[in-house]
Amino acid sequence: MSIWEYANPKRFMQVSAAVLPWLSALALVTLVTGLVWGFFFTPDDFRMGATVKIIYIHVPAATMATGAWFMMLVASLVWLIRRHHVSALAAKAGAPVGMTMTLIGLFTGAVWGQPMWGTWWAWEPRLTSFLILFLFYLGYMALWEAVEDPDTAADLTSVLCIVGSVFAVLSRYAVLFWNRGLHQGASLSMDAEEHVSDIYAWPLWVSIIGFALLFVCLVLLRTRTEIRARRLRALQARERAA
Amino acid sequence: MRALLLRDLRLAIRAGGGFGLSLAFFLIVTTLVPFGVGPEGGTLARIAPGILWLGALLSCLLSLDRIFALDREDGSLDLLATSPAPMEGVVAIKAAAHWLTTGLPLTFVAPALGLLLNLAPSGYGWLMLSLAIGTPALSLIGAFGAALTVGLKRGGLLLSLLVLPLYVPTLIYGAELARRGAEGLPVLTPLLMLAGITLGTAALLPFAAAAAIRVNLR
Repeated sequence: MSIWEYANPKRFMQVSAAVLPWLSALALVTLVTGLVWGFFFTPDDFRMGATVKIIYIHVPAATMATGAWFMMLVASLVWLIRRHHVSALAAKAGAPVGMTMTLIGLFTGAVWGQPMWGTWWAWEPRLTSFLILFLFYLGYMALWEAVEDPDTAADLTSVLCIVGSVFAVLSRYAVLFWNRGLHQGASLSMDAEEHVSDIYAWPLWVSIIGFALLFVCLVLLRTRTEIRARRLRALQARERAA
Repeated sequence: MRALLLRDLRLAIRAGGGFGLSLAFFLIVTTLVPFGVGPEGGTLARIAPGILWLGALLSCLLSLDRIFALDREDGSLDLLATSPAPMEGVVAIKAAAHWLTTGLPLTFVAPALGLLLNLAPSGYGWLMLSLAIGTPALSLIGAFGAALTVGLKRGGLLLSLLVLPLYVPTLIYGAELARRGAEGLPVLTPLLMLAGITLGTAALLPFAAAAAIRVNLR
């Protein structure tokens, strides 16, 4: 019994079909708990007022935006090394979800920044890095769309994902060097002196777990769709050949 | 290898005029900037390093299809792939040829265009240095992007979407080096980072690009 057993598309479809309803329900419960707890049962911040509550969407979305890219990187490596098709399709399925998370992070940040920093957008390291990350997602997805042969597309996007990861990290530090900004430090960390107080931290953790579960559900769902689409194409090709 | 380099250089200089075109494009971009932002000298001087770096980056980008696409069309890329020379070496040589015909000439005409943009004379040396160190990275990253899109019919727009985000770190350090040089600020950090990016891309990207070409020729 090894984890690679699930790389068999048939096995993957069986297991994901069984797991998905439960996982979705769990994601829903966690998300609702985290967001309702955060929105209605935490006090307003003494400086930021009610706008502080956007943190329950902003931080989890931003976490998932980078997490999704990391997941795509791992899936791409698995595809290049072990040639499991499910892995390549999972990487493909992760990209639009990650891109949406990036957009949510940017959008909620802008909505929060307008009353707090007095501007929708500032050329500030974290914001800029996320905009660049968004561009990376766009390029990655465009390459998937442009290449016709699915295996070629999987290979090329995997190489792009690996190279892109290196350059994304490089850009992060280059942007930090380029302009020091106004953004808060880490909201949650084990050792930092200054981060959000416990009363906000607990619902925030619940929201992050909820977003992570939601991400897993969406990726599983989209991977299943991709597998079905692949099967359909194979069937059509066989029919045409017959 | 040397034959390949000479062949690429000859093709770039003689056939199609890609060599002169990227220089002309660089000149046009620089000429258009004052029309957009106004002729006021102080503004131009402040944005000159960034504009010149952007112009170099764009003219580099526009000549990228020369690296592999033409060879792919007439079949010489297949010959190169079956030749005893390793594909990684072929990529490195082709990137070098691209740099010698775009990045290097751009470096030499940059001070003249800096003059047009009212760049402080003390900045010419740093501008040339930053372009000389940074443009090889642009060619190498571009070669990787061109390798990814070599099999596509209309890869041009996609190529820019893929390559431009990868140019971000080079652009930041390059323009910062030129700006700091012109303003007489300490330049060591961007200088070292820019050199590091160029050396890093030279060491690693030929392998990624060669892998992409092998996939595309499969």
